[in-house]
This record gives sequence, structure tokens and C-alpha cells, in this order.
Amino acid sequence: MDSTSTMVGTTTTLSNDAFEFVRSLIYQQAAIVIDSSKSYLVESRLAPLARKEGASSVNAFLRQVRSQRSVSLQQQIVDAMTTNETLFFRDGPAFDALRLQVIPELIKQRSAEKSLNIWSAASSTGQEPYSIAMLLRECFPELGAWDVRIFATDVSREVLEAAKKGQFSQIEINRGLPAALLLKYFRQGGTRWTIRDDIRQMVTFAPCNLAGDWPSMPKFDLILMRNVLIYFDMVAKQSILTKANRSLSCVGSLLLGNGETMMNIDAGFDRMTYDKAVYYKLKR
Amino acid sequence: MNALVVDDSRAMRMILTRIMTELGFETHEAENGQEALECLRRVGSVDLALVDWNMPVMNGLEFIRAVRANPRYADIRILMVTSETDFGNVTEALAAGADEYAMKPFDRSMIIDKLQLVGLGA
Repeated sequence: MDSTSTMVGTTTTLSNDAFEFVRSLIYQQAAIVIDSSKSYLVESRLAPLARKEGASSVNAFLRQVRSQRSVSLQQQIVDAMTTNETLFFRDGPAFDALRLQVIPELIKQRSAEKSLNIWSAASSTGQEPYSIAMLLRECFPELGAWDVRIFATDVSREVLEAAKKGQFSQIEINRGLPAALLLKYFRQGGTRWTIRDDIRQMVTFAPCNLAGDWPSMPKFDLILMRNVLIYFDMVAKQSILTKANRSLSCVGSLLLGNGETMMNIDAGFDRMTYDKAVYYKLKR
Repeated sequence: MNALVVDDSRAMRMILTRIMTELGFETHEAENGQEALECLRRVGSVDLALVDWNMPVMNGLEFIRAVRANPRYADIRILMVTSETDFGNVTEALAAGADEYAMKPFDRSMIIDKLQLVGLGA
């Protein structure tokens, strides 16, 4: 499959005009300056909005916004560009489900092998896999004697390089991270906060384009594929979820983002719930 | 639910009050820790206090210690909202009894995150 035709945002095809329009809009409305090297960011942040509006590309969407002079769409662009979507322990109910149901069940089911393979499939700058690592360390100390591997992948090599360093700005550590965990698992150097080496070393980062060929990986007991399927069309979603099905161990669970569903997709999963959270297991 | 915004900056009080009101809180304001304690005596108690660190008369840390010393206010969740950003500051605030710590600058979504962390989220 040609990934560039299905995944908006993996290539930076944004026109200069379109980029300058967004840059100017964000500056006027939010006083935020977008660096000229961040064209990819504009495209990836606006892709879901473009898709929702029925546009064939982000360029086409921005042409439409400019010609219609829609205040509402302009506001939605500002929101999409200024909302920091990457935060620690994102979506409390999902982490409650992991802590209180999914991981305790996995520990029972894997007690003979004493091994767990976890995949954060769209890890961005690392907040998700590091949150999982901290969760395991905080709530499941018995796993210290297990072989636990957290794989973290993203399509962007740039964000992977940032994630590997485990360094976060003040704004990033302000989002979702309990202060007690900040003190316990980070050290400060000026305005940067670096995650402790033992937590950083629990995570292995590697590139992976979900719409392309996946690298050779083990079967996973837990896959977090959250807030990434929105970037794909229905055909690509079906393909990705079918591959996720084959990558999940027989006891494994798959988590999508809050509000993401498998509606109109049959990829061989059963829907499970824990309180407000939804997750999926292989169909029995 | 009700909240108490404690900050000596009028602009900061206005911003926080607007955010909290939009989130459905009835909000009281105080310019320093002393005023905040008087406000608590007047209104009984609040669900949440958002507290700056550096203020005249009584600073945020002293206010938090005074609140935590009074069993009547045991249920108040305290979120420190401050431009003090050192590791030592966070340690000191939590030791004094703050439940969470938000570093300025902040925005609405960050305050919402922090409310969830103190158990007052949607």
C-alpha cells in the first residue's frame, strides 16, 4: 500500500501559501509564532479537521477556509494548532482500566512466563510509553522481577529522537503528570526535566509507519494505538486493525483513543469495558 | 462546587476566576493568604483552593500550612499555581499540604488536567 495516499500527515505537502495562512492566523488569534520548519506539524494537526470537513487534503481544506472566510473553521484551526495533544497519563479512565483490570489480568495470565510485551504504537514525544513505565513501577512492583518490554514507535523520526532523550519542557511536565511522580521520576536541569534513566531504559523506541510495513516485532500483550487512527481513511484503518489483531497475543488487549471506535470495521475483536474505558480483545 | 482563587495579581485572579466559572465552579477571590483564610471563615469551606506562592501579608505556603492545620478544612483540595518552578519548590509545596502543583504559564486545558489529578475532574 502506498502510505502517502492514505495517511495524511506523513509527508509535508503543505503549500507555502497554506502554511503562511495558518501561521498568520495562529499569530493573530493566539499570539503563537509557528517556526517555518513546522510545516509537518501544521499538516498533521489539521489533517483530522480536513477529513471531517470532507476536504481531499489539508491544502484543499485551507483553500476552502480562506474562500469561505469561516470564523468557526478558523477557530477550529486555532484550537487544533494550540491544543497540546501529548500529555502524560492521557485519558484518566483508560489508565484506570489499565491499572485496575487490564494489567492485573495480564499478570495472572503471564505468571508462568513472567514476561510482558507492550507496544505504544503512536508514541509521539514519549509521554505515553513513559507513563506506562511509571505506572508499572508505581503500581506493580512485582514486575521488577519480570521481563517487561515496552516498545514505542512513531512515524516521525524527529519526535522519536526527542522521545529517546526523555527530556521535557516545563509546559510538557505540567500536563497530566502528578507532582508526586514528577518529584520521584524526574530530575531538573534549568527549564528541562529529564526522566530517570531506569524508567527511560524500560522503553525501546523505533520508527514505524502504521500504514506501511511493520517492523518485525513480538506478539504484544498490550497495544496502545490511541488517537492515531483519526489520521487514516477507512481502508487504512481496516488494514491497520487487522494487522494489530495479528500482533496481539491470545491474552492481549488493544486500547484505542477516547472516543475512537471500530464502528463499520470488522477486524476480529471483542469490545470490553471498564467503567468509562473501552478496550478490545481477540474475538473468541 | 466552589473554588477560592488566591493571588495578589488582579489579572491572574480574573483569568483563573473566568476559567473556574466556565468549568461550573462558584468562585471566591482573595489577594493573599490572610484574606483567603478570612474568606474561608466567612463561606465555611470550599472544594478547591488555587493558590499563588509569592504574595504580601501571608504567602501561599503559609496559607496552605494554616489550612492543613485546621481539621475543618481537611477536604479542601489545594492546587498551587505559581511561577516558582524549581524541584525544591514542588517538594516544599507538597510537604506543606498542596495536592497538586501547576507552573505558570498555564492555560485552561492544563487547569482541567490538574482538576482531574485532584479528583475534581468531569
